[in-house]
Amino acid sequence: MSTIDDREALAQVDLLEPPSLNARARRRRSLVLVAGLLLVGTIVLVALVSLAWLPYEPSDTSGSRLEAPSLAHLLGTDRLGRDLLTQIMVGARIALVVGLGAVAVGAAIGVPVGLAAAFAGGWVDDAMSAAMDILIAFPLLLLAMLIVAVTGASLLTVTVAIGISVSAVVARLTRVVAKRVLAQQYITAARTSGTGSLGIVWQHVLPNIWPTISVNLGLLFGIAVLAEASLSYLGLGAPPPNSSWGRLLQEAQSTVMTAPLGAIAPGVFLVILVIGVNLLVDGLRDVSDPTLARAR
Amino acid sequence: MNLLEVASLEVTSPDGVARVKDVSFTVAPGERIGLIGESGSGKSLTAFAIIGLLPSGVTAAGSIVLDGTQVVGAPEKHLVPLRGRVCAFIFQEPLTALDPLMKLGRQLAEPIARHQGLRGAELRRAVLEALEEVRLSDPERMAESRSYEISGGQRQRVAIAMALACRPQLLIADEPTTALDVTVQSEVLTLLDRLVADRGMALIFVSHDLAVVSRMTDHAIVMRAGEAVERGSIAQLLAAPKHPYTAAFAESARRIEADFAAAIDQGRDG
Amino acid sequence: MSAILGLEDVSYAYRGSHPGQLAVEGVSLDVVPGQNLGLVGESGSGKTTLLRMLLGLLRPTSGRVIFDGAPLDLRDRGQVRHFRRSVQTVFQDPYSSLDPRQRVGRIVGEPVRSLRIASGRAAEKMVAEALESVGLSAAVVSHYPHEFSGGQRQRIAIARAIVSRPRVLLADEPVSALDVITRSQVITLLAELGSRRDLTVLMVSHDLGVVGALCERTVVLKAGRIVEEGPTPQVFGDPSEPYTRQLLSAVPRLPQV
Repeated sequence: MSTIDDREALAQVDLLEPPSLNARARRRRSLVLVAGLLLVGTIVLVALVSLAWLPYEPSDTSGSRLEAPSLAHLLGTDRLGRDLLTQIMVGARIALVVGLGAVAVGAAIGVPVGLAAAFAGGWVDDAMSAAMDILIAFPLLLLAMLIVAVTGASLLTVTVAIGISVSAVVARLTRVVAKRVLAQQYITAARTSGTGSLGIVWQHVLPNIWPTISVNLGLLFGIAVLAEASLSYLGLGAPPPNSSWGRLLQEAQSTVMTAPLGAIAPGVFLVILVIGVNLLVDGLRDVSDPTLARAR
Repeated sequence: MNLLEVASLEVTSPDGVARVKDVSFTVAPGERIGLIGESGSGKSLTAFAIIGLLPSGVTAAGSIVLDGTQVVGAPEKHLVPLRGRVCAFIFQEPLTALDPLMKLGRQLAEPIARHQGLRGAELRRAVLEALEEVRLSDPERMAESRSYEISGGQRQRVAIAMALACRPQLLIADEPTTALDVTVQSEVLTLLDRLVADRGMALIFVSHDLAVVSRMTDHAIVMRAGEAVERGSIAQLLAAPKHPYTAAFAESARRIEADFAAAIDQGRDG
Repeated sequence: MSAILGLEDVSYAYRGSHPGQLAVEGVSLDVVPGQNLGLVGESGSGKTTLLRMLLGLLRPTSGRVIFDGAPLDLRDRGQVRHFRRSVQTVFQDPYSSLDPRQRVGRIVGEPVRSLRIASGRAAEKMVAEALESVGLSAAVVSHYPHEFSGGQRQRIAIARAIVSRPRVLLADEPVSALDVITRSQVITLLAELGSRRDLTVLMVSHDLGVVGALCERTVVLKAGRIVEEGPTPQVFGDPSEPYTRQLLSAVPRLPQV
């Protein structure tokens, strides 16, 4: 027979379990985020500062060639007598613009296509998936080069070309993750609550695919930056005088033994940016996911 | 001598929370006992701990002596000879217990070959006999099938056949019929009951369903939030529970059953 | 009293199945106000397909879904909106039926927004009232689903289902995934809601005990067809079909003490 005590026992059974936070995981999360912020922040700062102030004019070749670092030229000069620090700073701008722009283009094309395929199902989905797979089979750089060859090389066309090239990967991932979400019961519940397809995409699908997609986009940012550097290195990027880090690497190639800083500096900055973005995206994702607050 | 002695068992999950706290009980040869509890009660973890199959990151402390061997902290090579031969396990979801790529006959042949040392035609015959023993019709076709090609009830029967292949002394069944339809559940429970009785095996039956447990055992331990809150005969747990949780649990089960019985009675009289 | 919702000789064949292989065949049933209806069936009985048709998520291959006396036309947005206001659902799995990235307030308020019943403060009030009806404090609106137990999540799902003040609640195995004690509580809740809010429940379940506790009428499904139907006491106490008898005798019973 139920007594008052039994009711209390009954109530206790249904208690809210407090979210138990694994202390070590929490510390690691914030470390990753902070590290990412620092690294990316450094590059962003350099780029922002370059808009307002540069040590020299980018085209200034007044310095003597291949100078070692000095007070006048903090990183030395390149083989044309230009200040290396100035080149690096302008290069930061280019890297960020191309990286962000390419990812934006890739997402703008890839996410809607992936969502459409996931919703459509059936033969439409099959056809779209086949198209995505064909595009992915193309080496990224080759695809970008083909597009640039057709449109002519400029910062804009390079950005768009890289964006188009990575969009298939974004589309395929979006499709897979969206399909997983669409199979969940809360989507059915949304439908029976009267929410239309557009509402379902906006309120339920996008927020739930975002954690996975954002990490992917972050990785693609790194790939886009490296792709741009590769294109510039091959001489196929934006035409001179552009100070893309890739182009700087190419120009420093012949003198890497005598003036190594010319190659090391752009290389190091590339590494800082790419690693920084990956850490940042990881950290942001951990922080924004409400379910990760609870250890299993 | 007891087949199984569990003393002050404590199981801790990776986040440092004790999921099983200070649980002790013994199982004599041929004895049957039920572990009753809801999700989060620690009943399944207790079962896994006995056979040394805790998931990675989950640790056990205390003492589990299975047929004279200490399980807690024992290296794998001490545990392997126990599994199958001394103690066998039946999982809730037979899909995960069976390899989807391997034909069922082959999966069943493996423990039989190991235990009885049979080969070739003799092995084949033993496999078919094992499948017949769990009342599977058309054992030849069953042996050639894969786990996903057959029904849930059939899968669970194959899982039972595999568990019994090495003639264990203790069978641990963790919610073996929860995922099955009610008519299938009834058949599988009857089968299990008969096999365990015929072979004189000891049984630990884990479930949240009091009525199901009562079909298989007369005695049970009630677990809640990792602790063994009460133990005794099922009749006693129902009629005179000492712990408020047991009372609430029994009350809930009884209430649903009472409504069901009332509907039947009303229909019969009306 | 006329039926709010019903099926008229409905059949369904899945795409790609053999001709003649029907998931549901010739099913007719009515949800009559005040009479909770239990749909009993094991796996393969077609109950899930039936439910999806009743929910307007699937169009019958033949036959019609009748709502308030008129055939349900899924292309008629006005009718569908009215339908969704009147017929709501509780799903089986409390862990996947709530969007993990939304707060409870938004989750419960979704029907109110999508069906344009109310907005702003009025909507908030409806959400709070629905939560209180299911025994949860209105303060839970700012929390996320993962902070709650299975039983509480199911209550949240029920709150979402009743917030639009529907007349029919379709429940798909609403307590199967719950623990015994919680199960009993949710059954009580559904029964109370039924009487307090003028709500009729259609429950799909394989668990006869639960159906017996909640439903005045029962329909037994087997292989896509109705094999038995009638008042629950009659179906349970004096079944005419051998399958029904088999189902009933298979229900595990507590020992008599």
